[in-house]
Amino acid sequence: MSAAAHSMPASATAPHDETELAAFIAERHAMARPLQITGGGTRLQADGVEPQDQLSTRNLSGIVTYEPGSLTLIARTGTPIGEIETALAAEGQALAFEPMDHRPLLGTTGTPTIGGIVSANVSGPRRVQAGACRDYVLGVRFVDGRGRIIKNGGRVMKNVTGLDLGKVMSGAHGTLGVLTEVAFKTLPMAEAQQTLAFPGLSVAAAVQLFSTALGTPFEVCGAAFHEGTAWLRIEGLEPQVVYRRERLMGLFSNHEIEMLDDAASRTLWRGLRDVQHLAGGHDPVWRILTKPGDAPVIASALEALGGQCALDWGGGLIWYRGPADASSVRKAAGAGHAFVVRRAHLPATVIFPAEPRAVTDLSRALRKTFDPAGLFNPGLMGN
Amino acid sequence: MSTIAMPKPDAGILARKPEIVAALAAVLPADIIISDPEETRAYECDALTAYKCAPLAVVLPRTTEEVAAAMRVCHGLKVPVIPRGAGTSLAGGALPTADSVVIGTMRLREILEIDTANRFIRVQTGVTNLSVSAELDAEGFFYAPDPSSQLACTIAGNIGMNSGGAHCLKYGVTTNNLLGVRMVLATGEIVELGGPAPGMPGLDLLGLICGSEGQLAIATEATLRIMPKPEGARPILIGFDSAETAGECVARIIRSGLLPVAIEYMDDVCLRAVEAFAKAGYPACTAVLIVEVEGSEEEIQHQLARIHEIAQALNPVEFRVSRNADESMAIWKGRKSAFGAMGRLGDYLCLDGTVPVSKLPYTLRRIGELSKEHGLEVANVFHAGDGNMHPLILFNANTPGDLERAEAFGADILRLCVDVGGCLTGEHGVGVEKRDLMTKQYTADDMAIQMEIKDAFDPHWLLNPAKVFPLEHSAPHRERAAR
Repeated sequence: MSAAAHSMPASATAPHDETELAAFIAERHAMARPLQITGGGTRLQADGVEPQDQLSTRNLSGIVTYEPGSLTLIARTGTPIGEIETALAAEGQALAFEPMDHRPLLGTTGTPTIGGIVSANVSGPRRVQAGACRDYVLGVRFVDGRGRIIKNGGRVMKNVTGLDLGKVMSGAHGTLGVLTEVAFKTLPMAEAQQTLAFPGLSVAAAVQLFSTALGTPFEVCGAAFHEGTAWLRIEGLEPQVVYRRERLMGLFSNHEIEMLDDAASRTLWRGLRDVQHLAGGHDPVWRILTKPGDAPVIASALEALGGQCALDWGGGLIWYRGPADASSVRKAAGAGHAFVVRRAHLPATVIFPAEPRAVTDLSRALRKTFDPAGLFNPGLMGN
Repeated sequence: MSTIAMPKPDAGILARKPEIVAALAAVLPADIIISDPEETRAYECDALTAYKCAPLAVVLPRTTEEVAAAMRVCHGLKVPVIPRGAGTSLAGGALPTADSVVIGTMRLREILEIDTANRFIRVQTGVTNLSVSAELDAEGFFYAPDPSSQLACTIAGNIGMNSGGAHCLKYGVTTNNLLGVRMVLATGEIVELGGPAPGMPGLDLLGLICGSEGQLAIATEATLRIMPKPEGARPILIGFDSAETAGECVARIIRSGLLPVAIEYMDDVCLRAVEAFAKAGYPACTAVLIVEVEGSEEEIQHQLARIHEIAQALNPVEFRVSRNADESMAIWKGRKSAFGAMGRLGDYLCLDGTVPVSKLPYTLRRIGELSKEHGLEVANVFHAGDGNMHPLILFNANTPGDLERAEAFGADILRLCVDVGGCLTGEHGVGVEKRDLMTKQYTADDMAIQMEIKDAFDPHWLLNPAKVFPLEHSAPHRERAAR
C-alpha cells in the first residue's frame, strides 16, 4: 500500500454542498453504481476503485458553529481536524477522545478530516477514561443511499429524541451514508498533565499495574505500554495533578518510577496516540480489542508469530505489527477482535473480523436499509 | 380526557385471547403469566398516569430464554409486545394497548459477574439502577447514570430510554456506560452485542439499541462500565435574584475549564414547594444552583475557590458550601424531593426538553411568558450543566379541560426548545407523550429512515408499535407489516 494510492485524484467528485451531494447520490442510486467515499485520504481503502467512482468530502468544509459556553462544536465533515483543534485550543477546549493521526503509521500524506475520524470512530489513548469518538457525537447530518438528506440527534448534550443514528454512523466507515455535518461535545482541555513511567515490566505486570491504577479515583487518562515500559498519564488542574501523582507514587512505591513533566508528557502521548513506535517496517499493523485481563496471553501468542506488540487503553487495545497472515493473527487474538490498520500485503477482505451470524444479519439488513443499491464503500466492511 | 390517540385494538387479537394465553402457557411456567383482567390492570400504565389501558396479558420471565419463548409465541400469532421495566417511564413508554402482551423484565434480577480488574459488571436487566451501584459499593466502584427514579427503575428501562441523571455532566448517560447486551429480537432470536472489550469493529448496533424505546429488541442482560468512586464530593448552593444571572453563572463555570459532576437549577416556585416539604433550609430567592465537585479534600477546596470567584462576580444572594455530610445531604435532599414536593401543590406535567446551555436564560424567560399566556403556573427544576430542562406545569386533573391546557402549554415549551436549537426530550424518551411532536424536530425523511430501521429489526412492527413515531407517519409501515 503506497501513499500515492491514497492521494485524491483530481477527477474525484467533490460536491460543494448537501444538495449537490444528494443529487449526485440519487443519480448513483438510479444507476446502482458504487462509490468510494474519502475524506482526507489518510487511511486505508478497498482496492481497485476508478477515479470517477471516488467521492470526496473535501469541499464540505468549515466550522458551522462553535459555542464554548455550551461545549458544542458543529463542523462540516470535510473540515481538517487541525482547523478544529486550533479553534478549540484558542478557547482552552479539546476533543476529549484525542483522535489519532494515521499518517505516521500508514505513511500517507493527505489531511485528516473530521468526517474520516467519525466514520472510523478514531479514538486515542484518552478513550480509556473519557470514551470514544462516538461518545462525543451529539448529532449528524448525512445523505443516505437513496439520496435523502437526513438529520439525527442535534447539538445538545442530552438528547433521546428518536433512534440515535450518530452512534451507528460513527465507525460505519461510510457504509451507511455520506456524512455532511457532525455536532460534537467538546470539553475543557486539562490545565496540566504529567506522566509516570514504569520501566522494566512484562506485559502481564503492566496490565496488572493498569488495572490497579484505573481502579483508583485519580482519573488516570492514559495507560499504555511498549518495550518494557508502562506509562500512566494524569491530568487536571495544577494542584490536582500534583496530588494524583503523589498518591500514585505512594501506591506503586515498590516500582521504579520516572516522572515526565508537562511538555515531555504531551510529546510522549502524541507519539503513542499516533502509534509512531510501530510506524517503521513493512509488515501489517493490527488493532486487537480485548478484555484487558486477556491482553498478556494474546500479546504473547502474537509475539510468537514474529513481530511486536504494544498496549493502550490499559490493555484493552493491543497493537501488533508482524508478518503473520490474517487467520494466524485472529487465532492468536482468541476472543479479542482483530482489525487491520495497515494492510501491507493483506487483502481488503480481511480488514474486519467476522461477527456472529445474528449480528452479521442485522448489520446487513441495516446496510440495505440505508443503502439499498449497495453504493457505499463496497468490499470495505464485510459485504 | 387526554389528547393522544392510540390505534384501535385489533378485534381479531382480542377475540383470540384464550388461544394466545394458552400458547404462552404451553411454553412458559404458569406463575409468570398474568391474564386475569383484575390483575393485568396493575400494568395499565407507567408513570405517565394520564394514559391507561390494560393489556391482553402480562409475562414476567426470569430468564432470557423465557423472554425469547414469549416473543416467539407473540411473533407466531402476530400479537404486539410492550416491553416494560419497572414502569417508571414519564413518557408512556410502557403504556399497553388492549391487544398487546406486556413482557416485563422485573424478575430478571441476577447479578451475573462483577469484574473490578476489568472494570465492568454484568447483570440481568431487571435489576434496579441503584442496586447495581449498591453491589459495587464495597469494592469502591459505582455505576454512573443516576436517573431520579433510580430506586425503582431497571437497567432494561435505562437501556430502552438511554437514561441520564444529575451526574451525567461528567460521566455521560447510559449509552456512554453500556458495553454490551444480550437481547431478544421480535422473532425470539437471542443476539449478543459488545462485551467487556472496549468497542468493537463493525456497525455500532449497541448504540442503536440504547435509547430505542423497546422498538427494536428487549435487552435481558447488560455489561456495564463501572467507575472507581471519587474520594469525596461536595455540593455548593448558590442563590441568585435573577434566573438570567443563574444561567450566566452556569455558562461561566463551564467556560472556566472546571467540570463539576453536576450543576442543578431550581426556580422560586420550586424552591417554595421544596422548602415547605423538605425543610432543606433553602434561601428565598429567584434561582438556586446546586454545583457538586468531586475529589480529595484538597482538590475540592481548589475547585470551590474557583467557583466562589466566578459566582462572586455575579453578586449571588447566597453562597453556601456544605461543611459536612449532613449539610450535603440537606442540599441534595431538596433537589431530590423536588418532584414529590411539587406533587403536593397539585397535579403536574413534567417536561424534559434540552436546550443549548447558552440559550437557558432566554428559554426561561419565554417559559415565564408562555405561563402567563396559558394561565398555568410552571416550576423549573433541571440539569443546568447540560441544558436538560424539566419544567413542571401545574394543573388540576379534576378541572375539565385543565390537562388539555397543560398539554398545550407543554407542547409550546417543547417547540420552544427545538426552536432555540435543542430537542424534545433529553432523558425521558418520546414514548406516546411526545410522539406527535416529532414532526417539529424531524422531517418526514428523518423519521422515515428511523422507521425503516425498525422495519429491518421488527418486520411485523410488533414491538411497542404505536410509540415514538406519529401514527400517520408510521401507518404505512404498520399496515405493510400487518399484511
